[in-house]
Amino acid sequence: MFQFVLARVLWLVPTLLAMALVTFLVMHATPGSPLDPVAEGANPLSPEAQKVLAKHYGLDRPLYEQFAIFVSKAVRGDFGYSFVYKTRTVQEIIAETFPISLLLGSMALVLAIVVGLTLGILAALYQNRAWDYVSVSLATVGVAVPNFVLAVFLIILFSFILPLFPTGGWDSPRNWVLPTIALALAPMGIIARFTRASMLEVIRADYTLTARAKGLGEFPVIFKHTLKNAFIPVVTLLGPMFAAVGTGSFFVEAIFRVPGMGRFFVLSMTGRDYPMIMAVVLTYGAFLAIMNLAVDLLYGVLDPRIRY
Amino acid sequence: MIHAETRPRSSSLWRDGVRRLRRNRLAVAGGVVVVLLCLIAIFADFLAPLPYTKTNFSRLNEPPSRAYPLGTDQLGRDLLSRMIYGARVSMLVGLGAQVIVVLIGVPIGALSGYIGGRTDLFLTRFVDVMYAFPRLLFVILVMSMLGAGLTNIFIAIGLTGWVGIARQTRAQVLAIKEKEFVDGARALGAGFGRVLGRHVMPNALTPIIVAVTFGIPEAIFTEAALSFIGVGINPPTPSWGQMVGEGQQYIRSYWHLCVFPSIAIAVTMLSFVFFGDGVRDALDPKLK
Repeated sequence: MFQFVLARVLWLVPTLLAMALVTFLVMHATPGSPLDPVAEGANPLSPEAQKVLAKHYGLDRPLYEQFAIFVSKAVRGDFGYSFVYKTRTVQEIIAETFPISLLLGSMALVLAIVVGLTLGILAALYQNRAWDYVSVSLATVGVAVPNFVLAVFLIILFSFILPLFPTGGWDSPRNWVLPTIALALAPMGIIARFTRASMLEVIRADYTLTARAKGLGEFPVIFKHTLKNAFIPVVTLLGPMFAAVGTGSFFVEAIFRVPGMGRFFVLSMTGRDYPMIMAVVLTYGAFLAIMNLAVDLLYGVLDPRIRY
Repeated sequence: MIHAETRPRSSSLWRDGVRRLRRNRLAVAGGVVVVLLCLIAIFADFLAPLPYTKTNFSRLNEPPSRAYPLGTDQLGRDLLSRMIYGARVSMLVGLGAQVIVVLIGVPIGALSGYIGGRTDLFLTRFVDVMYAFPRLLFVILVMSMLGAGLTNIFIAIGLTGWVGIARQTRAQVLAIKEKEFVDGARALGAGFGRVLGRHVMPNALTPIIVAVTFGIPEAIFTEAALSFIGVGINPPTPSWGQMVGEGQQYIRSYWHLCVFPSIAIAVTMLSFVFFGDGVRDALDPKLK
């Protein structure tokens, strides 16, 4: 067990390093430079000014040297100053925006898990009846339709037709409702589909039959004998789920004007804000990798048949 | 292409599949919408009442009316015409990107699985690293570096999309190359290319087809998402995602700007998913 955890934690290092390298290569292999603004009407910088700036930000050094400097500083948590917000360090911006994205993502995930599991269980228990169709259609819409499109429908429904919630902002918990739902629908659909499939399998398993044969009622059969076993395959989904919520937040945060990291990500990309891009990609990458590790460990706790 | 002695069996697999697919009403409905969308995309020039660039500055942001069935946008352009041309972008990206993904992914996966050894180890490691990257994050990164445009979308999706299909092909080839009929073909003197091309690949086709049917809506989604945040299709070419992205800023005052393209995206995605589910269940009932 301990060895397994250690190995997985150590494996994080090459993974993150590879991600940093790929991102770095993509940034530098493509045409364009942060010193040469491509925005229409932007003042082109004189070659001398470009040279001075390049020297200041270390962009005049050979690429391998730039990468080495980046890694050695990043290890100490220093990502440097943002190119776009010149007076602020990248750490400051991330420290300010990441908690907001984390709050939104966690709320969405909790909602997705609670509602998704409920829908999946109901669908399996009432297979091919009304509940099943409701759950499956909801799940399909959540999985198939992009969250920014769902967000538009949510705003129309719950801000205009029924004026219950504001169209955007992040000041009060009332603002949190619509973005959370918009972000939760996709993972909710995936969870509901999976729970339904795995419940259907478990309900037909021999041990469920045994439990019924012992004379147990419907309630203890479902809650004591089937649910726990049905959950096990669903737990594996949580990894990709974090990724879906993480990348989904770019769009949801843009539509609902949430001041989280997702919005900064897109802005930093189009602005060629090298330090920001690296930091944001690595923050997402590290977060996802750690969550995947946590999910793997949880899997072992839930299913005693698994040994590391 | 197909061997004489395998023809009856393999054609009955397809016939069975089509029969099962036709019995699935949801899949048929999805398929009909997909065909309609393709027709709209092909005949956009005839169907659109106005060119998508035609502006009318005296009628900006108008709600639906007789002259403009879906209203006009911020520049007074006919929304219906722009939506019709938007179908062209979606279909082009959805289908075109899959061609690229298959052309890259299938050979890599097949070779990796068939040759094995160090080639396989190297490729699987590479694929693992690509998997650790959140897909959309990488596509956005590549697009914002390359700049918006249809060609670049193909490059970005092709660069990231092949990974999944390569993995799938590899797994298939690994399983099939151990089968007796492959040994038989080899014993009869079939060379590397013939064994892989005529004996292994035709049997590995089903999951690849299923992966492609699900890859199409994913590519359409990717294009819409990229255009939504402004790194996808270059204006003035209309794209549904871009129309939602621009329209949602004015959702308070001009709801029609983003609602109609949103409906188009939702209907398209659902149709492809229904159709894809049907194809999967029809070709391989076990996969369900």
